[in-house]
Amino acid sequence: MMDESRRGFIGKAFGAVAAVGGIASLIAMKKTWDPLPSVMSAGFTTVDVSGLEANKLEVVVWRGKPVFILKYTADMKPTDGRSVKIGENYFSVMIGLCTHLGCIPGYEGDKKLFKCACHGGEYSADGKQTFGPPPRPLDIPPFKLDGVTLVLGEEGPEYKKMTAKA
Amino acid sequence: MAEFKKADSMLEWFDQRLGVVNFAKVMMTEYWIPKNINFLWAMGVLLTVLFTFLLVSGIFLLMYYKPDAAMAFDSVNYTIMQEVAYGWLFRHIHAVGASVVFLVIYIHMFTGIYYGSYKKGREMIWISGMLLFVLFSAEGFSGYMLPWGQMSYWAAYVITEIFGGIPVIGDELVVWIRGNFYVADSTLTRFFMLHVLLIPLAILGAIVFHFYSLRFPHVNNEDGEFFDFDEEAEKYLAGNKKESKVVPFWPVFLSKDFFVLGFFMLFFFYLVFFHYSFAMDPINFDKADGLKTPAHIYPEWYFLWSYEVLRGWFFEIAGISGKDLGLMAFGFANIIFVLLPWLDRSPMVKPANQRPYFKYWFWLMMADLMVLTEFGKLPPTGPNAWVGFWASLVFLVLFIALPFITKAEAKKVEGK
Ligand code: HEM
Ligand code: FES
Repeated sequence: MMDESRRGFIGKAFGAVAAVGGIASLIAMKKTWDPLPSVMSAGFTTVDVSGLEANKLEVVVWRGKPVFILKYTADMKPTDGRSVKIGENYFSVMIGLCTHLGCIPGYEGDKKLFKCACHGGEYSADGKQTFGPPPRPLDIPPFKLDGVTLVLGEEGPEYKKMTAKA
Repeated sequence: MAEFKKADSMLEWFDQRLGVVNFAKVMMTEYWIPKNINFLWAMGVLLTVLFTFLLVSGIFLLMYYKPDAAMAFDSVNYTIMQEVAYGWLFRHIHAVGASVVFLVIYIHMFTGIYYGSYKKGREMIWISGMLLFVLFSAEGFSGYMLPWGQMSYWAAYVITEIFGGIPVIGDELVVWIRGNFYVADSTLTRFFMLHVLLIPLAILGAIVFHFYSLRFPHVNNEDGEFFDFDEEAEKYLAGNKKESKVVPFWPVFLSKDFFVLGFFMLFFFYLVFFHYSFAMDPINFDKADGLKTPAHIYPEWYFLWSYEVLRGWFFEIAGISGKDLGLMAFGFANIIFVLLPWLDRSPMVKPANQRPYFKYWFWLMMADLMVLTEFGKLPPTGPNAWVGFWASLVFLVLFIALPFITKAEAKKVEGK
């Protein structure tokens, strides 16, 4: 019937308009929740590591996250793919967030290990997990070396070499 | 337009326009509740009242609260607690209410499980109730972030981090939820929006739906007895009140509920005035610091059991890391109660203690939840970690075994 097909057409036309409108609004809503451009771009931190003391943990902030910088003592062995040579010394450069659920582990200098108070996870000085729930070693942030200066947030050749090995 | 004659009374005036007389009948004086129930059936009304308390106290807190990472802490701890007249009272009511509401929700839920009020036509009541539980959990979590203390911050951190466990999109999802790489001002303001508007709206809708879902299958009773509500209602209306198995919602059922409510309010305000500190963690009176994790993080008491299910898995099994096992167990724990109507394969609607096998399951589950809650708050080291592991394993096994236990029970009962 004439009437029926007209109603059918109106229904389909409305359905199409509603679908387009619905999808467009979902995209807009998703994007409203996205981090703002200013947040995304404020992403670099530079640290001069020449003045650091061995076996004393230095914590710097990068993108709101703590980054651990630990200068090795003479008797601490560097680990391939995890220790960074800056100048004459080796360093651990790692994001200081437990890979379990993101608490900040503390460094116990006498035992040379990191201990996470939240669920008891432990890491060695080079950031490998040695006990408890952490599923993987502490993450290494993208960095670039500029003499004795460490630039966090940019991928330099040393970083690329390290991640290629891991 | 319908004919309107001049009304003789105010009631008639409203009745002509809004049909209030019929509405009151349908909703109250001829909404039938079984007689054979006890004080545990008053929990729903208690929850409705508690939600109203939270709403009203929340509105007053909202007048001085500032959803800004730099100002939130002082607006709560200085302005509301010290400057605003009776600001402390509204905060205590809100914090104690948020805690006690979960106590009553758990009693309400386990009453439902004990009496089998989730099956044989009552599935939608159960599902809408679980929806309310999820919404209240989200409401409690988002509200806990607002004072922006150390516990607020780190609870927010750990819980949002959980979404990072979702394969492929996990890491990006976490940044998206937070609006930053870490828990920051953007996180606070969006959870503020959720806490004061979107989730409360959803809760109101879910409450209406929960009540509506009760309408057709009707409220269960102490013996799980099925009877014809229309027949019993007729007896009641004909004056055979003694013989009838039902009473009207108003005034008969509610008058008893209000009596229970009276006792409950004494208890509630005793907590608000004299014993509020359990609802306000001392660590949360230190301002949020994204670079200093408190020595020991734990959620509010009502999340401890599921938190312990998450933490219990601290070593690798069959190549799956402890973290992933914990996340899977946690995911399981959070949806499994919803499926209860289908996991219980026995058609029997009876109090647990009259069911030959289910009674063991029920009391074991209660005991296990208490162990999980108890150990969820303790540091997870040494033997504690093992208690946590076994208790969360028992939790999973109990639910996996439930279909078999109830199937066997159905056979046994039939065989008799
Ligand atoms: C529309 C209703 C609500 C409004 C407008 C509201 C508003 C607020 C505000 C402004 C705060 C921050 C002040 C403070 O920390 O004391 C807050 C905190 C909180 N809210 Fe709500 N709220 C509502 C409902 C709820 C419900 C239903 C729950 C429970 C499940 C809840 C749980 C919490 C919790 C746990 C806190 C933290 C309390 C504290 O640490 O003192 N809120 N709420
Ligand atoms: S967050 Fe470190 S062990 Fe769980």
